Amino acid sequence: MSEDYVLQLKNIRKEYPGVVALKDVTLEVKKGEILGLIGENGAGKSTLIKTCSGAVIPTSGKIIVNGKEFSEMTPQLAKENGIAIIYQEFNNVGELSAAENLFLGDPIRKGIVIDRKAMEQEAAKAFEQLNIKIDPKTLVKHLTVGYQQMIEIAKAIHQDAKVLIMDEPSAPLTNAEVQSLYNVCELLKSKGVSIVYISHRLEEIFHLTSRIVVLRDGNYIDTLITADSHVDELIKLMVGRELKEAFPPRPLFDYEKNTEVVFEAKNVTGNGDRDVNIQIRKGEVLGLGGLVGAGRTELAQMIFGDVQKTEGQFIFKGKEINPKSPREAIDLGIALVPEDRKRHGALLGVSVKNNINMPIYKTISKLAFIDTAREAATTEKYRKELLIKTPTIQQNVKNLSGGNQQKVILGKWLAANSELIILDEPTRGIDVGAKFEIYKLINQLVEIGKTVLLISSEMEELIGMSDRIVVFAEGRITGELKKEEFEQHLILKMASDIQED
Amino acid sequence: MKENIINSIKRSAIWLVLLLLVIFFTIANHRFLSMNNLFLVARQVSMYGIASIGMTFVILIAGIDLSIGTIITIVNVVCAYLMVKLGFGMVEAVLVSVLMATAIGALNGFLVSTIGIPAIIATFATQTVFSGAAYLISGGIPIFGFDPRFKVIGQGYLGPVPVPVLIMAACFIVGAFILNKTYFGRYFYAVGGNEEAAELSGIRVGRIKYLIYSLSGFFAGLAGIVMLSRTNSAQPTAGLGYEFDVITCVVLGGVSIMGGLGKISGVIAGVLIIGILTNGMVLLNVSSYTQMIIKGLVLIFAVGFDTIQKKNSVA
Repeated sequence: MSEDYVLQLKNIRKEYPGVVALKDVTLEVKKGEILGLIGENGAGKSTLIKTCSGAVIPTSGKIIVNGKEFSEMTPQLAKENGIAIIYQEFNNVGELSAAENLFLGDPIRKGIVIDRKAMEQEAAKAFEQLNIKIDPKTLVKHLTVGYQQMIEIAKAIHQDAKVLIMDEPSAPLTNAEVQSLYNVCELLKSKGVSIVYISHRLEEIFHLTSRIVVLRDGNYIDTLITADSHVDELIKLMVGRELKEAFPPRPLFDYEKNTEVVFEAKNVTGNGDRDVNIQIRKGEVLGLGGLVGAGRTELAQMIFGDVQKTEGQFIFKGKEINPKSPREAIDLGIALVPEDRKRHGALLGVSVKNNINMPIYKTISKLAFIDTAREAATTEKYRKELLIKTPTIQQNVKNLSGGNQQKVILGKWLAANSELIILDEPTRGIDVGAKFEIYKLINQLVEIGKTVLLISSEMEELIGMSDRIVVFAEGRITGELKKEEFEQHLILKMASDIQED
Repeated sequence: MKENIINSIKRSAIWLVLLLLVIFFTIANHRFLSMNNLFLVARQVSMYGIASIGMTFVILIAGIDLSIGTIITIVNVVCAYLMVKLGFGMVEAVLVSVLMATAIGALNGFLVSTIGIPAIIATFATQTVFSGAAYLISGGIPIFGFDPRFKVIGQGYLGPVPVPVLIMAACFIVGAFILNKTYFGRYFYAVGGNEEAAELSGIRVGRIKYLIYSLSGFFAGLAGIVMLSRTNSAQPTAGLGYEFDVITCVVLGGVSIMGGLGKISGVIAGVLIIGILTNGMVLLNVSSYTQMIIKGLVLIFAVGFDTIQKKNSVA
């Protein structure tokens, strides 16, 4: 019976300090099938597949490859047992040729020199097998993303992979490239290779797979036969539960009364976004929904002056603005709480006090000398208002919890008296209790007249916190929803850009 | 609690090393602990000390400035040339040459910040360029014959204290003020800690780099003037290898080569250690080659200590 399956993940559980990422998840792959793996952001898909390569060591559970049982994998074991993962980030070396990349780490050699000719011949054969038209001599940096991905696939097949796991393979591809990806997948299937295909795009799942595994919140939900299932059913399974997390209540935003438009983007193009139009009213929380990489962060970068737009206008408080640097945006009254808190948001090696005062040091200094009394007072003010838990204000921010780090960043922008506050995934990696406090802070922000642009890939958060939602897909706006129209499956459809039937 | 004790030991480790060195040389040579000799040490290290302020800033933002030895040289040559060959007054010559040093620093800033060349290469290149320029200007031979008053800067005394030591002390105070009391100091630490996050907090990182490399040039220029006055003659190799000693002082003083960490007080200790080590070794008749070996080992030790600490704090 187990011979039917080439790869089985049985009762996989993965615990991180304070979080259970996977609870008892089982996934079984038959020989020569394409198995779909779906779930929302944070459902545990990536964690699950990483157990197959050894990048994640399961807390408990078994990994069975061709009847051989493992409690954990290593990259070496995975390779020996014919499991290959195609990640979203490729492992290609741009300065080397397609052929050399195919043999990366294991070149064909004649004595101590590499045999370039043999590699090129072998590579040509490998590409031909997969019907890929790549000149083995081409440098990889000159190839499109689609071809680079094909090299990754060819590499895996060349190393005799029997199970190919692809994490969002279509995300960076153009439509034409997705078509060739389909072709390669079908070809591999016919050769008896099994594929685990992870995608947010349900149309692809329907097009390619024979069975679908659904995960949600680290739980195994169901395995469906693709032919017997329906889009709406899948979405319901992915989204599932009722709003479990509570959101602090906030009075409905009165669109009749509050008509002042604080910020407007008119036909903005650039940084991967095309023709974006949004309006935000004073005191509103405008949610930006969409998949990771849909172009929301990119819009935020342009508004904040970190990346320049190429076309269109930003209008802030009635005046056209063109921030050339974050400094200019900050001085105008715009703030950004970035997605990657540790890399971009907080200055980890710097104290709470210095973090909070960083944008305003110039204004609280006379002849470059800091008014230290004011510096301390400002810090204390926001420490109390935002309930930042820190032993002293001299504490380095890296020693604070994620939620408190986020509060420090918010405090910094409150100190800078920002009016439009862009929050990019503000609760990512923050525990539930701290999340609730961040939500309360968002409510306080709009209560005192600030305006919030909330980027979130967590459906519940987006629906629970926004007054209005604009959905992005592939750098464009694909829909807008009023509060009474909020529906998870509607947002998901707009985000995957699937038209309502 | 235990962590606090360990941390405070780590923080004061450098002073402990200094103390041990003093004890060692006092026992090894009776002439070491005389007032005269100690002032001699202070005077010898004054140029390191002055130049180390700029280097501290540079290393704080995870940069490096290999050009300061050359800047010291060219300031020697140009200042002397202005005074002797072109008949400039003392004050004007000093002003012009220090300004030039600052401009060379700004050029480093341009290469690092605007062009984006890694600091180690950019400053290595300017080092070579201006080293050649110094030879061209001087014609490869020493320039001398200054106004006798010029000697005061490097050789004068105010009471018992040598003037260069006073200049060094003033520089340390200014440096500490910049780092602790002005917003520039806060910016330096922020940029050194995380450039991207600093930019997103509203710091114009590019401008800060210009400022810092210019300051490095400025302080190296001051050191060059002190040296010229001390030797009373401009040598076309005057500052050769100075960057090595200054970097050693700064890193030994606990300024992290990865940026974002360090204090002027530590650098003072670093400068004193190098000074005492050099002086003590001379008193003990250690050959200059052996001295080189020991100083190189000290640098390895200092950087190694910093690297291991950083590794542990990440893990």
